[in-house]
Amino acid sequence: MAGLVTALHWIGGNASRYETDAATREPAWIRWTVLGLSLMFFAVFLLLPLVAVFYEALRKGLQSYWMALSDPDALSAIRLTLLTAAIAVPLNLLFGVAAAWAIAKFDFRGKHFLITLIDLPFSVSPVIAGLIYVLMFGAQGWLGPWLAEHGVKIIFAVPGIVLATVFVTFPFVARELIPLMQAQGREEEEAAVVLGASGWQIFWKVTLPNMKWGLIYGVILCNARAMGEFGAVSVVSGHIRGETNTMPLHVEILYNEYQFAAAFAVASLLALLAMVTLVVKSWVEWRAERDALRETNP
Amino acid sequence: MKPKQSSVLPGFGLTLGVTLVYLSVIVLIPLAAVFLKTTSLSFSQFWDIATAPRVLASYRLSFGASLLAAAINAVFGLMLAWALVRYTFPGKQMVDALIDLPFALPTAVAGIALTALYAKNGLLGQYLDPLGVQVAFQPLGVLVALTFIGLPFVVRTVQPILEDLDTELEEAAASLGAQRWQTFRMVVLPIVFPALLTGFALAFARAVGEYGSVIFIAGNVPMVSEITPLMIITKLEQYDYPGATAIAVVMLTFSFVLLLAINGLQAWTAKRTGREH
Repeated sequence: MAGLVTALHWIGGNASRYETDAATREPAWIRWTVLGLSLMFFAVFLLLPLVAVFYEALRKGLQSYWMALSDPDALSAIRLTLLTAAIAVPLNLLFGVAAAWAIAKFDFRGKHFLITLIDLPFSVSPVIAGLIYVLMFGAQGWLGPWLAEHGVKIIFAVPGIVLATVFVTFPFVARELIPLMQAQGREEEEAAVVLGASGWQIFWKVTLPNMKWGLIYGVILCNARAMGEFGAVSVVSGHIRGETNTMPLHVEILYNEYQFAAAFAVASLLALLAMVTLVVKSWVEWRAERDALRETNP
Repeated sequence: MKPKQSSVLPGFGLTLGVTLVYLSVIVLIPLAAVFLKTTSLSFSQFWDIATAPRVLASYRLSFGASLLAAAINAVFGLMLAWALVRYTFPGKQMVDALIDLPFALPTAVAGIALTALYAKNGLLGQYLDPLGVQVAFQPLGVLVALTFIGLPFVVRTVQPILEDLDTELEEAAASLGAQRWQTFRMVVLPIVFPALLTGFALAFARAVGEYGSVIFIAGNVPMVSEITPLMIITKLEQYDYPGATAIAVVMLTFSFVLLLAINGLQAWTAKRTGREH
């Protein structure tokens, strides 16, 4: 999953090319079987769950849908989710840009190891991502007694939720930008230096325009995960209604109280966010592809 | 630290410094805290917690269902990637975009949606129940959720390789008299195989740690349908921090080994297909 770099390869292939050439064409019955089986799998495993969210949300009518969303606890969950994403995404964006600059523009020992470490949060279970902060900052944690003395609350409070979210969304921007900037090389920046540009001028005028699609791509995926994270946040939140409940946690509480229609109403907002994310993602891929084509044959 | 060759570009110290500090504070130090915490246990205590019957049952379910889900995804993911690259059909762009739904849809939402679908009175459950197939609140439900979660990993690792695949190879095979199936098995599959295995491993790694989409549909019956991440949550809710940490260390060690294996697989894919960064 080299992200955008591989995404650039997608649109190029025109399927009809394969279907007209006898050497790359399967017999019709095989084609229909493969197509039928894979689309059935797609419909059952991906399409139906998405449809089910909206079906269950609207089953009791628009009025109860609206009531579930305008409930004060739901509104406070929405606010907390937005706040969390508003902190976690910019932090990981800054980190991603810094890491990509250091890794793509310079040679140093241990670079591959550093890239592996940056990917580490992806291979850690979200539950463990929550646990590590409980062990650091919880009442029985390493810094727990010191924090309690100074009246700082991190676990079962908003800072813990933000920290856990930052952890699970840590690699998103960096892993899009690193391969992209590595592929683009250093010549343009070096030319700018020779022409007398300062570091920040190079960054704003040369590097940023070159990486903008990868940046947007990383940010929207980072944001989707930040707003939707459940496991890690669930461990550190304490589930205090109106205070430390994010939208996914609110969905869980409503569901466990058998308020299914309300649970699905809040869930449908998150499903909408997912669909917007996928639309923007496809659009960015299309724009990046177009820019890349224009550059190779203007 | 200094760059190997002196570069005319500025900002090496600043950006590498920011990277290392942020990485240490957010990821490395908290992860190290888990391993340090286990030192409060003697080895026999650690072993007793990590191999308690209920925990062993959770490993069997988590690893077994994750392997099976990754295998299902390898088969159907390869077919889907093939269909998306090679065939034209209506709605293709929508299918292509929605493949990433499990990445974008919050896991808790996926969890309650799958439960609603497969419950006895659900859209799918009502047809499965008369056949004697129960999915929700059974180990089978865990498999369904993990299959949902893992699908994009296989499709998105195999798809670009199929896109880049040179049709000249297939044309050569056909002109030498190979059957279509022989061409697929002996020309196409060997090229795609490392990517397929990488996708399988990525789906497996994600499934083992998955929590949100599983707990709603699993039923969480001790010894039957409890996944390993849930065991950590259960211990935490009982304020048994050493117990939660011991299980976490087992899972983390496994994840790190798998991460190394995946890195190796990706290098193999790059070598096999000549795509190196």
